[in-house]
Amino acid sequence: MAHAEAHVEGQQHPLGIYFKIWALLFVLSTLSYLVDYYNFEGYLRWTLILLFMFMKAGLIISVFMHMLWERLALVYAIALPTIALMVFVFLMTNEADNTFLLRGIYFLGLGGS
Amino acid sequence: MTDSNTGQVAARTEGMPGIVSDWSSDQRAFKNVPWGKAMMWIFLLSDTFIFSIFLLSYMTVRMSTTIPWPYPSDIFALSFGGEPIPLILIAIMTFILITSSGTMVLAVNYGYRKDRVKTAILLLITAAFGATFVGMQAFEWTKLIVEEGVRPWTNPFGAPQFGSVFFMITGFHGFHVSVGVLFLIIIARKVWRGDYDVGRRGFFTSRKGNYEIVETMGLYWHFVDLVWVFIFAFFYLW
Repeated sequence: MAHAEAHVEGQQHPLGIYFKIWALLFVLSTLSYLVDYYNFEGYLRWTLILLFMFMKAGLIISVFMHMLWERLALVYAIALPTIALMVFVFLMTNEADNTFLLRGIYFLGLGGS
Repeated sequence: MTDSNTGQVAARTEGMPGIVSDWSSDQRAFKNVPWGKAMMWIFLLSDTFIFSIFLLSYMTVRMSTTIPWPYPSDIFALSFGGEPIPLILIAIMTFILITSSGTMVLAVNYGYRKDRVKTAILLLITAAFGATFVGMQAFEWTKLIVEEGVRPWTNPFGAPQFGSVFFMITGFHGFHVSVGVLFLIIIARKVWRGDYDVGRRGFFTSRKGNYEIVETMGLYWHFVDLVWVFIFAFFYLW
């Protein structure tokens, strides 16, 4: 990553790579739509959705937004803070599970008494 | 490597030592990017947090509700004369946004080649796709509000939180697209007029711009597409 390529001015790259990534994004979008169209369910569905999502996001960020060619100082400054979001997801899944259990007990009377 | 602002040529260290030397150089940390681009990236990071918090709150209400969550596949189905095709409207919107990302990246490329006319035309095509996207979103909202009776506090399909989450997330994204379309048109006009060739000063900042602005604009536009990738996956497909 982050090759010190000879940037005469800004991010100049051959058009070919953009067209390839563009086509790939179309293919990935079609695939993620087909996940719904063919009604995949359960863990297969969720895995495929996440897989295609992360591939698309990765291609857009690295090539279309040129992160592939930026210096690591910028890449890390943008990428590392998002780790906080992963922690937040972890916290909120716990919180949501807890709320769900409490609602089960008090709304639906699953707690007995 | 040439600094885009200073024109200085300097060999820079790569990898982890490169990060340390960039950040500890007692100068600007982002060496070879114009300040506008660095600031756009930092803005996009903050925007990432806003959208993530929206999606997180959606995750939390969906996980904690005891009423079944509505099935987006059927809600956003459309029929063209025959059987309703599931989620087809959203799929078309996804393809439109990806197409606009492609034309944007071409605009950035032709901008750096100083091809004034092609850049402006590609920016306008991108704006047109963006406007189409917003138009389809308006159609979708109208259909849900008027025909289905979806409200932020209730809906006929299931868990009442569906409405508030839907309006908040897609509304905020649609607002981003609309602002993007506006700025695409403004920048296209500047490119068309040749502002970045003759160094004409901007009406707001009184600074001379250059074609790097097209790339900064592109970063914003790709980000809007990026957010849609996540919304599409988590809200519509999940």
